[in-house]
Amino acid sequence: MPADRHKQSSKYTADRGMPGAFAGETVTRRRFMSGVAQGAGGIAAASFALPALGFALGPVFKRQQLDWQIIGTTNDFVETSYVTKVITIVQGIGEAGKSIAYVRKRDPAIDTEPHDQWNNWIALSNRCMHLGCPVRYVEAAQRFICPCHGGIYNFRGEVAGGPPVRPLDRFYTYEPPEGHPGHGYVYLGPRYSVNSELQRFSPRDPGEPLDGIGQYLYPSRFDTAVRPTLNNLPLPPTVPGTGS
Amino acid sequence: MPMPKLLKRPSAPAPSEPAPMHPIEAATEAGLTVVDWIDERTQLSQGLRWMMFRKVPKGINWAYTLGSATMFAFLNQAVTGVFLAMYYRPDVNGGAYESIRNINDNVFLGQFVHGMHKWGASVMIVLIFLHMGRVFFFGAYKYPRELTWIIGVVLLILTLAMGFTGYLLPFDQRSYWATIVGVNINNTAPFLGPYIGDFLRGGPEFGATTLSRFYAIHMMLIPGLMAALIGFHLYLVMKLGISAPPWLKAREPEPVIETVEV
Repeated sequence: MPADRHKQSSKYTADRGMPGAFAGETVTRRRFMSGVAQGAGGIAAASFALPALGFALGPVFKRQQLDWQIIGTTNDFVETSYVTKVITIVQGIGEAGKSIAYVRKRDPAIDTEPHDQWNNWIALSNRCMHLGCPVRYVEAAQRFICPCHGGIYNFRGEVAGGPPVRPLDRFYTYEPPEGHPGHGYVYLGPRYSVNSELQRFSPRDPGEPLDGIGQYLYPSRFDTAVRPTLNNLPLPPTVPGTGS
Repeated sequence: MPMPKLLKRPSAPAPSEPAPMHPIEAATEAGLTVVDWIDERTQLSQGLRWMMFRKVPKGINWAYTLGSATMFAFLNQAVTGVFLAMYYRPDVNGGAYESIRNINDNVFLGQFVHGMHKWGASVMIVLIFLHMGRVFFFGAYKYPRELTWIIGVVLLILTLAMGFTGYLLPFDQRSYWATIVGVNINNTAPFLGPYIGDFLRGGPEFGATTLSRFYAIHMMLIPGLMAALIGFHLYLVMKLGISAPPWLKAREPEPVIETVEV
């Protein structure tokens, strides 16, 4: 029966004997009205839902530039051991925004990765590459040990045992050239990740391997193609009584 | 099934002699009038009767109350959570921890209400799994109750998300590091993981808005979803009825069509 009715009905409302139909009218006014009402409701809902969604998802697409910070003078660090430095990774939230970098001077005898102006000092992040717990440096063993799930890293920050999927993350370090007021100070810049050959990658989160297929399974953030810029180096503190 | 007095239609008032009423009697009468006034305009008692006085199969037992128990655990979480929110401050700069300390140390019954919320969360998870086990082993998820099961699974996931987001709120060392680990576990999903992590943290690092983000998800987004889904879950339970325990033998159906002799 419905098939029959379908066959009978014409495209034009006038042919269907609809009261008050216009010539050439295909959409009934009732249908047009409900379409307009539903469309208006949809637009009204989208007008608050879409901005709210973008508001919540915004941070995923946000570029973030990490500033350089001074972590000490060039004489503070040696080749044979790490110095613990408290650094700020997020501004304005107090203790929760602090983290730790383990810093030593580059030792050409063991640091076989290519040398450039960014790694005269080796600065390792204390975040374990298993799931992000804080590792600590154990001087006697010359190892970094994670308290959560037993990850172990050797002196260069490479995985020596346990579940971590890649070596400890590093920070760019930099000493300004002679003549710059910051000369003689070690600056710590953005974090970067390394694969098991210590090749640099844009910073990834813990638990994301970078060897083999890993670098494709865990794409970098939209913001992370940034090279460290040297435009806004903070000036070292002026020491009272030294003039200037 | 005898009807409770409140739900009965009022009988026509006797026309004669207004006898002096006992105060309690008068109060009951007044209450009845109010209920009737509301019911005449809403007809809520119909729905209430449909909900409360259903037929249930023979042989049901205490295991069938686990769903209600879970719902009461949810209500406990909702009520204590609302009152905890009156004292809690999602301030990442030490304020969150201090406000929890204040709740525990200074506020009247604060430690108790906080404890109800904290331990109630674990109780709710346990009850959910017991309820789920009952439904699974009794085969109660089968036709026509598949959708009830699916919604129940969504509710389970939402409850676990509540546990995850709520764990951060005291903002002590344990909750901070547990959240770091939890977010990084989310990060390990291929392709999408890094974006999930950024969404949860509100950026590439655990930052200024991570706590308030978790707080908003914990006390507004998920509870609203859960309340709606629990309503739908319950509606389906009422609509479809309760399944009989599996050890109950189905009775032989009466033959519908009799043989017609020619």
